[in-house]
Amino acid sequence: MLWGDNMSENNKSTLIVFSGDLDKAIASFIIATGAAAMGKQVTMFFTFWGISLLRKENYHGTGKKSFLEKMFGWMLPKGPDKLGLSKMNFGGLGAWMMKYIMKKKNIATLQELMETAKEMDVKLVVCSMSMDVLGIKKEELIDGLEYAGVATYLAEADDANINLFV
Amino acid sequence: MEADQTLDAKGLQCPMPLVKAQKAIKKMKSGEILKIVTNDSGSYSDIPAWAKTTGNKLIERKEEEGMYIFWIQKS
Repeated sequence: MLWGDNMSENNKSTLIVFSGDLDKAIASFIIATGAAAMGKQVTMFFTFWGISLLRKENYHGTGKKSFLEKMFGWMLPKGPDKLGLSKMNFGGLGAWMMKYIMKKKNIATLQELMETAKEMDVKLVVCSMSMDVLGIKKEELIDGLEYAGVATYLAEADDANINLFV
Repeated sequence: MEADQTLDAKGLQCPMPLVKAQKAIKKMKSGEILKIVTNDSGSYSDIPAWAKTTGNKLIERKEEEGMYIFWIQKS
């Protein structure tokens, strides 16, 4: 059963999450959960740096990777808690301050927003080509994801009346 | 005004009042009234926008000592 009650036409929204920055990730999930609360069927597509959001924090894989794939794995943030800000990050200090202030003001954390999105049946789709480029394996990512390519995104976007690229 | 249910969303920030409102109203019956109390200034226009999009009816909205109170009738 779908989360929303609003079953009228044009009732879908899609977001492309291209960025792996904390601020942009928070904005994406606020829009996604907000849209779901407004009865929309929401699909989020994660591509390139956006895939960092979906990485498990404590995964230490033994899977076979090339040298460059290992480098990507090492350099890309492992999950929502490791993301930096797109501006004023100052080597992670900015992200820490942002999280501190947001917590003080009782704003939902990125992890909470991601949980809420799942609860509200927001569909999380990962671009398999980006995964391949970055050498990221399925077992490095959180559960409950779908894997697809551009045609899946376009088909969903065609049905939706809100399509955002973040 | 009488309400069948009251949602206390004080202290919550965008988008959580909407998420809680949608969760609450989904459990209610058609015609019932949900009262929502928030203190996030954005919700003053957000709750009516949510009601409009979800097809529920905003009966009344008022501001009282930094609180925003809404009465929504489930469609």
